[in-house]
Amino acid sequence: MEKQSISEKRKIYVRFMHTLMILSAVFTCALVLFITAYVLMKGIPNITWKLLSSSPSYIDKRIGILPDILNTIYIIIAALCVVIPVGVGAAVYLTEYAENKKLVSIIEYAAETLSGIPSIIYGLVGMLFFCRFLKTSLMAGALTLVIMNLPTIMRTTQESLKTIPGSYREGAFGLGAGKWRMIHTVVLPGCIDGIITGCILSVGRILGESAALLFTAGFAHVINGFFEGLGSSGATLTVALYFYAKEQGEFDVAFAIAAILMLLTLLINLLAKLVGNIFKKRRNT
Amino acid sequence: MKNKKQFLEIVIHGVFLILGLITVGCVLLITVYLIISGIPAIHKIGLFKFLFGTKWASTAAVPAFGILPFILTSIYGTAGAILLGVPIGFLTAVYLAKMAPPKMRAVVTSAVSLLAGIPSVVYGLVGMLVLVPGIRALFHIPDGASLLAAIIVLAIMILPSIINVSITALEAVPKEYEDASLALGATPVETYLKVSVPAAKSGIAAAVVLGVGRAIGEAMAVMMVSGNAPNMPSLYESVRFLTTAVASEMSYSEGLQRQALFSIALVLFLFIMLINATLNFFLKRSKEG
Repeated sequence: MEKQSISEKRKIYVRFMHTLMILSAVFTCALVLFITAYVLMKGIPNITWKLLSSSPSYIDKRIGILPDILNTIYIIIAALCVVIPVGVGAAVYLTEYAENKKLVSIIEYAAETLSGIPSIIYGLVGMLFFCRFLKTSLMAGALTLVIMNLPTIMRTTQESLKTIPGSYREGAFGLGAGKWRMIHTVVLPGCIDGIITGCILSVGRILGESAALLFTAGFAHVINGFFEGLGSSGATLTVALYFYAKEQGEFDVAFAIAAILMLLTLLINLLAKLVGNIFKKRRNT
Repeated sequence: MKNKKQFLEIVIHGVFLILGLITVGCVLLITVYLIISGIPAIHKIGLFKFLFGTKWASTAAVPAFGILPFILTSIYGTAGAILLGVPIGFLTAVYLAKMAPPKMRAVVTSAVSLLAGIPSVVYGLVGMLVLVPGIRALFHIPDGASLLAAIIVLAIMILPSIINVSITALEAVPKEYEDASLALGATPVETYLKVSVPAAKSGIAAAVVLGVGRAIGEAMAVMMVSGNAPNMPSLYESVRFLTTAVASEMSYSEGLQRQALFSIALVLFLFIMLINATLNFFLKRSKEG
C-alpha cells in the first residue's frame, strides 16, 4: 500500500540509494576479505620452523625472525609495565580525586591531543628525547610507545570507573575506610575490565606500530635476553617487515611476517570481543 | 596515628596527581621539543623560502630546502583519500547503523574492526605488490609507485575511523525524529538519509576530520607505495609526503639537512594541531546538538 502511494521519482531514489549502501558495505567486507586472504595465502607457505627459530646470518645466507619476535615481546612487556600504572593512575585521579574542573579538562584535552598525534612525530620526539639518555634501544622505543598508548589505557579505565556505582564508594567510606583504602579495595578491583580491555587494545597497537620505532628502537636482528635486549637496538616484527620488503626485496620473508601479524591481529580482535562480552554479561547480572 | 594516616592520604593524592599530570607533561614535551628543534632551520633557510620553495635537494652541492612539494602532496593525497573513502564509509555507516539486519551488521562490524587493526606496513606491502604493478599496467606508466597508489591505500586505511565515528553519531539521533518522518509517509531510506543524517551532521563531520588526521599522519604505508621522489604532486608521478620526507632521510641526515627535517615535522605538527582543534569543535557540537 505504501509502495503505491509514492511517486516514480522517489521510488527510483529509494532503490538507488539502498543499492548503493549495500554495495558500499559489501565492498568494505570484500576489501577486508581480499587483504586477509591475500596476505595469508602468500605468507603462510613461507612460515617455516627454520624462519621462526633462527637469527639472520649473511654467512649462511639465512633469514630468521626469532630476534624480531623476541624484540616485539620485550617491547610489549616493557611498554605495558610502564603505561598501565601511569594510565590507570591518571584515570583514577580524574574520576576519584580531581575537584578542579579546569585541571580535569586540561588533562582530558592533553589526552585527546596525544591520541591525534601521528606516530612519526612520536618517533622523532622519542629519538630526540629518550635516545639522548638511552641511546637507540628497545627501552627508548618502549617509552615512546608508552606516551602513544597512554590515552587508550586512560580512556578504557575511565569508562569502567564510571560504571562503579557511587553507593559502593559511600559504603566503603561509611565503614570507616580512608580514601586510599576505598580506592584499592573498591575502585581498582572494579575497573579491572577496563584495564584488561585497554591492555588488549594497546598490545594490538604496539604490534602494528612501525614509524615510531624506526628511529627509537633501531633495526638490529640479534638474539638477546630480556634486560640485555631492552638496552640494545632491535627491530620489531613490523620494522623487520618494512626492511625486508622495502630495502632488501625479500618478499617471501616479508609476507611470512605479514601473515604472522595478520593472525595476531585476528587473535587480538577475537580476544577483545570475547573479553568485552564476558564483562558485559558480568555487569548485567 | 591519625596524623600519620592523614599524611599518607596526602602523599597518595599527590602521587595520583602527578600520574594525571604526566599526560600534560608529554604534550608539553612534544610541543617544546618540536619547536626548539624545528625553528633553527627555518630561521637559517628563511620561512618563505622554506614553505614555498618548490625544490628539495638536501644532499646536492648547493642544497635547496623547499617543502612546498611535500605540503601540496600531503594536502592532495589527503583530499584524494577523503574523496574516495568518505562516500564509501558514509554509506556503509548509514547502512550498518540503520538498515542492516543484525547478522549482517555483526559480520561487517567485525570486518571493519579487523581493517582498523591491520598494521600499516601490511597495507604498504599489499599496496607494493598489488596496487603498484596494477597501476603501472593499467595506465601504462613506467613506475606504478605514485600519488594515486598512496591515495588508494590511504582511503582504505581511513575507512574504519570514518565508519565507526559515523555509526556512533547516527545511533545518537533520537528515535522520535525517525518515527515522525516515517509516520508522515517517508520511506525508511528517505528517513535515514534526509532526517537522521542531517541530525547527525556534526558527528559525521567529526568522522571526516578524524579521517583527515589519520591520512595526513600516515607514514609507513605511504612510504612503501608512493615512490618517494620529491616531485610536485601529480597523480601518476612518484611523490613524497610530509611524513615520508621526515622518515626517508632521517637515518642518514646531518647538519642543516637534519634540522630541516625537524622543521618539516614541526609543519606537520601544526597541521595536526589545526585538525585536532577542528575535530574538537565538531565533537563538542555533536554532543550539544
